[in-house]
Amino acid sequence: MPERIEGLPELTKKERMKIARHAMPEQTPEARVENFAEVALGYTAATAMEEAQRCLQCEKPLCVAGCPVEIDIPAFIDLIRQGDFKGAVAKIKETNTLPAICGRVCPQEDQCEVVCVLEKKFTPVAIGRLERFVADVERDAGTTEMPHCAAPSGHKVAIIGCGPAGLACAADLAKLGHQVTIFEALHKTGGVLVYGIPEFRLPKAIVDFEVENLKRMGVEIRTGYVVGKTATVEELFHEQGYDAVFFGTGAGLPSFLGVPGENYIGVVSANEFLTRVNLMKAYDFPNYDTPVRVGKRVAVVGSGNVAMDCLRCAKRLGAEHVICVYRRTRNESPARKEELERAEEEFIDFRWLSAPLEIYGNDDGFVTGMKIQRMELGEPDASGRRRPVPVAGSEYDIEVDTVIVAIGQSPNPLATRATPGLELNRHGCIVVDEATMMSRSLPGVFAGGDIVTGAATVILAMGAGKVAARGIHDWLGKLERGEVTKPPFTSAPA
Amino acid sequence: MHTIHRKELIAPKFWRFVVAAPEIARRHRPGQFVMVLLSDRGERIPLTIAHSDPQAGTITLVVQEVGKTTMSMGELEEGGQILSVVGPLGTPTHIENFGTVVCVGGGAGIAPMLPIAAGMKKAGNRVLSILGGRSEELVILRDEMTAASDEITFTTDDGSFGRKGFVTHALADLIAEKGKPDLVVAIGPAIMMKVVADLTRKHEIPTLCSLNSIMIDGTGMCGCCRVTVGGQTRFVCVDGPEFDAHKVDFDVLLKRLRMFLPEEQEARERYMADHACRALEGVAHA
Repeated sequence: MPERIEGLPELTKKERMKIARHAMPEQTPEARVENFAEVALGYTAATAMEEAQRCLQCEKPLCVAGCPVEIDIPAFIDLIRQGDFKGAVAKIKETNTLPAICGRVCPQEDQCEVVCVLEKKFTPVAIGRLERFVADVERDAGTTEMPHCAAPSGHKVAIIGCGPAGLACAADLAKLGHQVTIFEALHKTGGVLVYGIPEFRLPKAIVDFEVENLKRMGVEIRTGYVVGKTATVEELFHEQGYDAVFFGTGAGLPSFLGVPGENYIGVVSANEFLTRVNLMKAYDFPNYDTPVRVGKRVAVVGSGNVAMDCLRCAKRLGAEHVICVYRRTRNESPARKEELERAEEEFIDFRWLSAPLEIYGNDDGFVTGMKIQRMELGEPDASGRRRPVPVAGSEYDIEVDTVIVAIGQSPNPLATRATPGLELNRHGCIVVDEATMMSRSLPGVFAGGDIVTGAATVILAMGAGKVAARGIHDWLGKLERGEVTKPPFTSAPA
Repeated sequence: MHTIHRKELIAPKFWRFVVAAPEIARRHRPGQFVMVLLSDRGERIPLTIAHSDPQAGTITLVVQEVGKTTMSMGELEEGGQILSVVGPLGTPTHIENFGTVVCVGGGAGIAPMLPIAAGMKKAGNRVLSILGGRSEELVILRDEMTAASDEITFTTDDGSFGRKGFVTHALADLIAEKGKPDLVVAIGPAIMMKVVADLTRKHEIPTLCSLNSIMIDGTGMCGCCRVTVGGQTRFVCVDGPEFDAHKVDFDVLLKRLRMFLPEEQEARERYMADHACRALEGVAHA
């Protein structure tokens, strides 16, 4: 697809409002549950320009404020209308380094699109789909230009974790002329974009492409390097000569249910299931060495985006009956509406107001079933959602071969535990100053993403990575002027 | 990429690799392990570190060929590369002067025992070791373990070397003859550790074991390695691999170790069939 074609004429606002939102072409549900290829097929140039035509070009655009990285949305959309796809992607990249990823996995319906003025009377402009479109055009054309990088500053920054926060932080620091090394514990780059989000939502080739671009900008990536084990943060500062350290270590510690029978074989965390399938490509066993087994009947506990990914992977792995067990209702489900709808289209059996009480197994230790308690909604709890309460005497059993626990993740303590003096809150999250993302207890240590907020979204992590990059840049300036010093680490690391 | 400096056969199907991993060698403490990945399509497997040499920047891994990945490792050559070696992972062994420590090693479990026995001896303990295997050739690292021990006993199931019987028989006799040691460390097949734990529980001797569960990442991310210890779910990769042997639910562990038996067998058979084909081709070409 060419990066520049003839544009569409400017229409009046009234004419624009008559155009209906363009649906995303997709694989049919029947076809897509048989493969791991991407579900959404992407707009054509003509559709994208027609969709761009819908934007009213508000003088005070609410969508920009709704975007965690404040992309100039009306400007890039108008460039699409004019047929200038190259200009559009350049406009996005002024504030967002990874549009092909964000266009796919951002919850636009809660961010830019929910505040679109068209949302009130009609349907919002499909901002995410347009972002994805121009990023894909650029990648397919093979003309991705490297952003301008400032002259080398002589400063070294270590980034722990090659997920969304680390990637965004690294890109901005490289642009500012700093020498960046990303330390990644796994053997592949991308963090949750690679081990967590399935191929059918975010093709791994796209993540690889973005990481390659980062390397072309001079960012060094060391995979298979576990900070806290292979080296400590103290050693990064004082032996390896880094001037600042950024934690983008995410929320990688799985939560379990705490019900009887949880260690039966076939009960797995969402992390284990998704890592086998996405990172280790177990869906292609034995061509890949890591196995995964789902059997005929699968229950996924939880109803967030991770649960949706598990349900849909299980279906694609050949499970005949895939059940979502969630103790509240569809209205309280934390999953994106789009993900819920796609799961519903893919023949998932949703059991709302259902809580697992016990997991059954056989003598060989394999899971055979689950006891479920029916629930009803009571008074609102601390989160403002109505609290599910058990309906007495409503328990029933289901037969299952696999139980996938997708009820949330918390920060992995491996790196933080090996960093004495680092202030954590009671959830194990690093406490930072929000303006700079610098640790409140260890100056020179920065953090962003799920390790600060607890499990959240890719775009929030990227936004935090960008804020931290600015904070780190300021810190390096102060270090240069002798206004601050690197943390001394008075106590010995664990 | 990690270069293989040395590779030698130390017993049938047992290979000793000396691998370049300077940062791991520097930080390794007894009881820790690495995650190894051979190729892009490979699986990640945990291997305990048998020795580390910070000066040379190398670690020693002892690998027994049991499945596709370990059999593939047996095919690697000196000077060749391993795609990924990650570590040192896990919580190190708590080493101090306990007094008398009995180190019970079985089969491939003798390899991780070596740095622990050496560390215990260095800390001033009297180290009494009991090593066992099915037959003489499978009692590995005898010289190294002898050097790390004050006294050593060997057992074989078939009586081909040392005393006939299991390590637990030798341990029971040792307790009867010499009295209760201050600590027992047991590393070997899960069933061996279970039997050792049952014996020492009776005598109320504190006992550590090192568990060998199935892992993927090795950093606490997936929970595949989880075991029940004292009624609590614990992760072998970060909370272990060592635990109080008297609190480990070995029955759960033994079952969980079998979770992928059919897949393991399929992979092994495909690997062997593939290699048989290649060997035949080699004959045809010769």
